[in-house]
Amino acid sequence: MTQYAILIYDDPTVYETMSPEAWAALVDAHSTFTQQVFALGGSLAGGAALAPTTTATSVKGGSTVTDGPFVETKEALGGFYLVEARDLDHAIEIAKLCPAPGGGVEVRPVVDPTANPY
Amino acid sequence: MITPSDEPTASAPRADAVAAALAQAHRSEWAFVLSATVRVAGDLDLAEECAQEAYVSALQAWNRDGIPHRPGAWLTTAARNRALDRVRRDGTFRRKLPLLVEAVTVDANDSTDPDRPDAAVPDDRLRLVFTCCHPTLAPEARVALTLRLVCGVPTSDIARAFLVSEPTMAARITRAKKKISAARIPYRMPDRAELPERLDSALTVVHLLFSTGHTAGDGDALVREELCDAALHLARTLAELLPERAETRGLLGLLLLTDARRATRTDEHGRLLLLADQDRTRWDQRAILEGLTVTAGALASGPPGRFTLQAAIAGVHAIAPSVEATDWPRVVHLYDLLLDVWNTPVVALNRAAAVAFADGPAAALPLLDELATDPRLVDYPYLHATRGDLLRRLGDNAGATRSYRQAMELTANAAERAFLEQRLAEVGSAAGTENGRSPEPTVRDFF
Repeated sequence: MTQYAILIYDDPTVYETMSPEAWAALVDAHSTFTQQVFALGGSLAGGAALAPTTTATSVKGGSTVTDGPFVETKEALGGFYLVEARDLDHAIEIAKLCPAPGGGVEVRPVVDPTANPY
Repeated sequence: MITPSDEPTASAPRADAVAAALAQAHRSEWAFVLSATVRVAGDLDLAEECAQEAYVSALQAWNRDGIPHRPGAWLTTAARNRALDRVRRDGTFRRKLPLLVEAVTVDANDSTDPDRPDAAVPDDRLRLVFTCCHPTLAPEARVALTLRLVCGVPTSDIARAFLVSEPTMAARITRAKKKISAARIPYRMPDRAELPERLDSALTVVHLLFSTGHTAGDGDALVREELCDAALHLARTLAELLPERAETRGLLGLLLLTDARRATRTDEHGRLLLLADQDRTRWDQRAILEGLTVTAGALASGPPGRFTLQAAIAGVHAIAPSVEATDWPRVVHLYDLLLDVWNTPVVALNRAAAVAFADGPAAALPLLDELATDPRLVDYPYLHATRGDLLRRLGDNAGATRSYRQAMELTANAAERAFLEQRLAEVGSAAGTENGRSPEPTVRDFF
């Protein structure tokens, strides 16, 4: 099994304008997703939901501290899962079920840092 | 060391016979050798290296011991033995690398018997094709990888065919291989549910290879021939290995029927010749017959897909004695069916061109006007070229001139520019005359 990060990129305005019912449904969808990962033969190694980019602080070059995300984009990184999957096809099968109502997800393999992957 | 199992056929063969056998083995067996070696190597780069070394070692061994009965089996054994050596030697190191193949079979009892290629190989070659054409790779990377790994075409030739520098092409191939390895793109057959989509991706790559080779003009003519041959070989292989998927035969039929016109695509100056101007007596009748047979088989296998329908259209052209005597209503009907399964503006444009022949240019002009509003066609030279043709046939030389000029601005292909210049000269000189209508119609064949 290989670890993949599923990075959720969403347009924050989708969440800003979301009704309480829609928010509850989204939380349910994520909880369903975590079960589906196992149902599909994968497993979950971690993950987190992130506060909006309006709360972000960037530190550039080890010294310059600025308000806001590192890169301003329409779709911002809003959370991630760390899943274990057989291969990229399997990881994508899982990623397709990941809720991302304001955008989509990016699948990235996680590397063993003892070898430089670049 | 390598101990290929095959007995030599004769001792001390002539060097040129060995070189010819090796060249033949490279053309026809490269994919077989490489794909069987990937299983042992568990890694594309290592497998490619070992396969190349096997071909190099064959030159010396065959000169010394004679050409083996089954060159492909000899080369596979040699390549796999090298890969086994390397995997054992670098065992500790390699274990850290992500392996491409699940449960790599690094033992002599591997289920793939290199001495029985017919029984064992098909799956491996398909695995290789499906890996190279994986939808998570960029389309241009799929094409380059397929040429490099499945067809064994040197990177320098691929670079020339796609008009990029060799370092650029090499970087593109390296990047794709790295993704296959690091992201673990699996080396396996797609399952039943995935197969239609994955096959479509593979067939699209083969079709693109062929089209790149077939489009006359820029680039090296020999390299382009090589691309067409490689694409035909691949289409044949896919049709043999997956005969139950009608679209594999549809693609083969399409390539055969298009390739039948290879000799007449350009004139002696390399200028593009349209269907109307091609000498139909020089079309390859054997390729046409085979193409029609293969296409008929695909059409009889259920609802036709996009390649089968394009083959059927190419078939109507192939049997027509002239442009005028072409069954245009049937062509339009086939385009209608094609639009149902593959609704793209380019197909709609081709349909409009067919309507111009079936019902006259006046009937097709409104269709083109509608298509001209599609943002995907704004930069498409054929839209303007087709429009120019319709206007020319309607006697509107000024309008035709404008459209041909627009098309000229959008094409970089030398042969196509030369053709458009010729058309421009025609409408220019006809503008002053009483009857500006040129009698002979123009057909773009887009395949």
